[in-house]
Amino acid sequence: MTAIPKIVVQAEDFDQSAEIHAMTSGNKDIGAVATFSGLCRSEGESLNALELEHYPGMAEAEIERSAKEACTRWPIDGLTVIHRYGVIQPGEQIVLVIATSRHRDAAFDGARYVMDFLKSNAPFWKKEHRVDGKPAGWVDAKESDEQAKNRWQ
Amino acid sequence: MTEFTVKMLYFSWIRERVGIEEEQLVLPQTVSTVRELLLWLRERNEQFAAAIEFPDIIRVALDQEHTEHESSIGTPREIALFPPMTGG
Repeated sequence: MTAIPKIVVQAEDFDQSAEIHAMTSGNKDIGAVATFSGLCRSEGESLNALELEHYPGMAEAEIERSAKEACTRWPIDGLTVIHRYGVIQPGEQIVLVIATSRHRDAAFDGARYVMDFLKSNAPFWKKEHRVDGKPAGWVDAKESDEQAKNRWQ
Repeated sequence: MTEFTVKMLYFSWIRERVGIEEEQLVLPQTVSTVRELLLWLRERNEQFAAAIEFPDIIRVALDQEHTEHESSIGTPREIALFPPMTGG
């Protein structure tokens, strides 16, 4: 049976260790937990905050699409994805992907696959608010993110 | 295709340039593909002309699904326009 991913899009922060515990407690056949978390950088103290906009409904649906695909490609026992929106300060968490499996390959690959697709397909947009008070600007999409996605095809 | 009303949503800098988050819009019969929709929207006013200056980079979702520019629109309930995504 393929795992049913947990997908959450929320403004609040999240607790990595609590999420891992929820996925592993009571299942002693899990041998691997791969965790990716993305944080907000200060860009050398020049960034005051990131403002994350999203498309409610579609954001969850797009993450779920790639998470379900990962669960069919690899023998994954559990997959949790949490993405925040709203104003996020440097040092704070933005995104969390946890994949659990019996062995490490599926956990690593599954987590990376979801992250690569999330970057290019999930409708989130970052706006940078600068320390120096210059006008806030939208972050440009990176070609390297699109390439990261294409390597799985 | 006959005329129909659809909920339009705009995000990120497209929302800022057009000056609205969402609206109900009657699409004319002449608009049948996503690309035709973008070109038609661009003619509405200066704000839309600025937002859709380069139609090729605009992403369009029909009923919350990514859709190619050459695809036909059909009769979705919701159409969203947004720039390339920068989450994660």
